Amino acid sequence: MRVNSRQTLLTAPSFLWMLVLFAWPALHLLVMSFRPPDATGGVGEGWTLEAWKVFAEPGYLDVLWRTIGVSVVTTLGCVLLAVPVAWRIHRASARWRSWMLLLVVLPFWTSFLVRVYAWRVLLQANGPLATLLKSIGCMSDDALLLYNPTAVIMVMIYTYLPMAVLPIYAAMEKFDPVLLDAAADLGARPWQAFVKVVLPGIRNGLIAAALLVGIPCLGSYVVPDMIGGIDAEMLGNKIGQRLFSDRHLPQAAALATALAMLAMPAVVVALKRKPEDAE
Amino acid sequence: MKRPRFSTLCFIAVIIFLYAPLLVLMANSFNASKYGGTWTGFTWQWYDKLWKDRATMEALANTLKIGLCATVGATLLGTLAAWCLHVYRSPLQRLHLVLTELPLAVPDIWIGVAMQLFFVSVSWELGYSTVIAAHITFCLCYVTAVMMGRLQSFDFHLIDAARDLGATHWQVAWRVVIPVLWPGMVASAMLAFILSLDDFVITFFVSGPGAATLPSRVYSMAKTSRNLPIINALSTLLILGTLLIALIGHLLMSKGTREVSRPM
Repeated sequence: MRVNSRQTLLTAPSFLWMLVLFAWPALHLLVMSFRPPDATGGVGEGWTLEAWKVFAEPGYLDVLWRTIGVSVVTTLGCVLLAVPVAWRIHRASARWRSWMLLLVVLPFWTSFLVRVYAWRVLLQANGPLATLLKSIGCMSDDALLLYNPTAVIMVMIYTYLPMAVLPIYAAMEKFDPVLLDAAADLGARPWQAFVKVVLPGIRNGLIAAALLVGIPCLGSYVVPDMIGGIDAEMLGNKIGQRLFSDRHLPQAAALATALAMLAMPAVVVALKRKPEDAE
Repeated sequence: MKRPRFSTLCFIAVIIFLYAPLLVLMANSFNASKYGGTWTGFTWQWYDKLWKDRATMEALANTLKIGLCATVGATLLGTLAAWCLHVYRSPLQRLHLVLTELPLAVPDIWIGVAMQLFFVSVSWELGYSTVIAAHITFCLCYVTAVMMGRLQSFDFHLIDAARDLGATHWQVAWRVVIPVLWPGMVASAMLAFILSLDDFVITFFVSGPGAATLPSRVYSMAKTSRNLPIINALSTLLILGTLLIALIGHLLMSKGTREVSRPM
């Protein structure tokens, strides 16, 4: 009994905090999505599916598919780039390894917004990259580097790449290098050995990297907003517009709930994997 | 000469890809040209203008105030949460774990929207207090995760020893548990401070007038495309500031690990 009351007392502060500021807002959001809007930008009485019906409109459906497409391509891009980078760090001598890892991770610690802004400056119409490309004739005068999905994907890969390198590198550290020698002895070429032995061996790291990149990608707001423009809008931008431009709260709630549902399979996998990793 | 390996080329290309935009940005903050396309000479004037920009200085003060409150709140709550999750096994703790882990896995914009609608529904006016509450919430989850990792190597015999020697529960907490966990708490506090300093999306969704932080200041100036060189200067300082904190945190973290893992 005494242990139990002490447990309750010690658990209460963080438990109640998360209950009130996380669990309640989450349920409240779900409920809001079934409410009608009222004229003053608030939420009315009664129940309706109105806010959910927008996904039948082509405009919102396009945004939904674009959100999924951009996230999938970004995730694949990050993982594909992260594998050779992590491999190079893994194969380096012990003295260099921690410095190389630090070099890859450091940009991740600088302000996210500043990193996106840096690309906005780099890609702008009279910016350094446009000037360079025009001077060597690789770009026509009226072409724009900003405001398209390709630019969004590139900047998203830029911002999330360090996050993909870490778990893949960690998985490689656990990988037994003797297996590579075995593969070579059995006549595998280096490439074959890498694809058939190393990649399956670091599968857990690859999945973790995909989750760490994929989930925030689905909820992107800043990158499509600052780099993408109207032709590259994602679900996050639509949520922002409903909240800030026309104050249609149930609509914002429905879009955000849809976003959570998109990410849910990945979130469940991410949380389920934890105990198995610790073993 | 040996042909460089494919992975070496990838590594070098990725490093250039990661650092070039930041270096261009930092260089431009010293560029006399207003538009930054070409180099027209060295100048400190953007930093001077930044220093005199009142809104930015207010944003700096806001950022530090919010960051400090969020750090203290999240470190205390998160350390306590990790302790409970590590020590007790019960249905309550399973729910507790889900509550502190789920926010780490969901997109941050979703947290921002849910919190804004919640604050509006309970008539909690958007401003300082809502930003601090939101920052404590997500920082708490990171602190809990870090401290749970630290507790793996915590030697519970220390507590038995202290109890045997006649220490009360409070004395055990103050003179044994907290001193041993201290390096981990400092490292988590640094992490919480950086996360708070760095956050834009959640802040953007739950802040009201007068609670702009440095990232929201960069955002609004960038969106209106005014004062671009001043944003370059501000961004450069933000990059250097966060790097400094990250490096100190990195050093403390590795030092802390060594101390904890040393056999007692």
